[in-house]
Amino acid sequence: MQLAITLLAAAFLLVPTIQSVLAGLTVNYFQGLKSGLTLQWVIEVWRLYSGSIFLSMGIALACLVVTLIIGVPAAYAMARNPGRMTRALEEFISLPLAIPGLALALALLQLYGSYKGFRLSWTFILVGHVLYTLPFMVRSVMSVLAAIDLKTLEEGAASLGAGPVRRFIDIVIPNALPGILAGALTVVTLSIGEFNLTWMLHTPYLKTLPVGLADSYASMRLEIASAYTLIFFVMIVPLLLAMQWASARAQRMTQ
Amino acid sequence: MTLTLRNIAKTYPGGTRALLATDLDIAEGEIVSLLGPSGCGKTTLLRIIAGLETADAGASIRFKDDDMTHQPVERRKVGMVFQSYALFPNMSVRGNIGYGLKMQGLPRADIDARVDEVIALCRLDPCAGRAITALSGGQRQRVALARAFAPRPRLLLLDEPLSALDAALRGTLRDELAALLRQFGITAIFVTHDQDEAMAIADRVVVMSQGRVAQIGTPEALYRAPEDAFVARFVGNSMPLGGRIDGGTLHLPGGTLALATPATGKTAYVRAEDVKITGDGPLTARVQTVTFLGTHYRIALTGAADDTLFCLHQGLTAPKPGDTVHLTIAPQSILTLAPEKVAA
Repeated sequence: MQLAITLLAAAFLLVPTIQSVLAGLTVNYFQGLKSGLTLQWVIEVWRLYSGSIFLSMGIALACLVVTLIIGVPAAYAMARNPGRMTRALEEFISLPLAIPGLALALALLQLYGSYKGFRLSWTFILVGHVLYTLPFMVRSVMSVLAAIDLKTLEEGAASLGAGPVRRFIDIVIPNALPGILAGALTVVTLSIGEFNLTWMLHTPYLKTLPVGLADSYASMRLEIASAYTLIFFVMIVPLLLAMQWASARAQRMTQ
Repeated sequence: MTLTLRNIAKTYPGGTRALLATDLDIAEGEIVSLLGPSGCGKTTLLRIIAGLETADAGASIRFKDDDMTHQPVERRKVGMVFQSYALFPNMSVRGNIGYGLKMQGLPRADIDARVDEVIALCRLDPCAGRAITALSGGQRQRVALARAFAPRPRLLLLDEPLSALDAALRGTLRDELAALLRQFGITAIFVTHDQDEAMAIADRVVVMSQGRVAQIGTPEALYRAPEDAFVARFVGNSMPLGGRIDGGTLHLPGGTLALATPATGKTAYVRAEDVKITGDGPLTARVQTVTFLGTHYRIALTGAADDTLFCLHQGLTAPKPGDTVHLTIAPQSILTLAPEKVAA
């Protein structure tokens, strides 16, 4: 009985996925598999949307770099100075999580929409992604730093002659690494998959992977949209697996 | 290295005075213990010497001829052993021990040679390649000591180095630590709340209470000739006898005792090992409880002094609860000290 329910639930989740993937590989979806398997749709998607794929990867990497540069020192500063101010700041950084991406995008458009050069550049989307992903990086690093006695470790390093910069490089970064890794994978995955905000911020010449996906659903053959889904899966699933592995590692450390 | 401290005080932002103005001189190669109950300011004093806390204005900290008052911890060249050891979990045992040498910018070969030397000295050879998390408590303590000592510090500071260990291990490691510190031949200060630890390791003990130094002296001097009631109680486990002193006589509920010198107005203290059960003693008491502790019995007695009096009784048999016994206390065993201030 239990097995049957499990299998049923798994089928409920997997069948549409498999169907979609297969649709991207069949010659004609309406005739079904008997029309034969082909890679022509995948190639077609690549021809039409490879720009989106590279743009998404570029934005995800840039987003990662920015969240690392801002997020890790911010998490460190907050972990070192716990108090009411820090808690308020943490809530403030986390605000973009509570606000719908659409609202966030609207605010960005209102504020920066008139700066044409910025509005039309990919960095405009990047700003939105950084706003949205930064809390994940900060929280991930903070939770690992909170689990170690950072103050005493740093005092130990200082007593051995290490100045503030050496302490940050030798002690803080290596011990925060599981949190940084988990945060980094979350940031990249979220950035690649982000749709709400990006859809508002994108221009016809700057479509990210999910925006391109919506575009292909709206304007292309079903087979092309399905092939697009397949490419999306291939990119995002390994990232998701890596993320799970990294956050499990970080969690082990905080216990 | 001689250490000279003048006018060291610490007031926290809230106005709490953790440490009142303190002067202290420590001679080259001396091992000194800061002893006191929690909250007495001993750790604050140690952290000020290390440079991890700043003293109130007007303080002066001198390492031999160098004024260190305003130097940050990383330039003081002190070795510090923390209560939690603070070993770097991201480095191996060798990495931890060599870290201070690396910070001095020594060449790789010199670091390796010194690390090997310190590992041998601290008998850490079997676990030199292991990760920090794979070490036992005693091994961690020795790695922390080796790490602090490897960069040839001018001064070694230890903050409750044994309190993170379980009781069974603490005794052995205490003697080991004392032997290692002697072997290092380095000026060392260590903080503890355990008088046995202080006496076993230190040349000189600084007893602290309520943010001030109560008495400084050798373990023997503190034990045999405490200058005030706090030291008598904390270091020697002396018990107040109560009663009333009239010239050279102490009047107690259970009888009268002779004192070595007249001490009107003072309070009398005695240690449990100086209370003897004898057939014809001048004090009468009732046995309340008897605890067998292997080498001796610890007997609680009522009726002799104002409070319950304890007696360490050696012998094959002991009186039973409810028995009436006679006690003797030799006049020279009774300490007469100024009464403790109520605030202290």
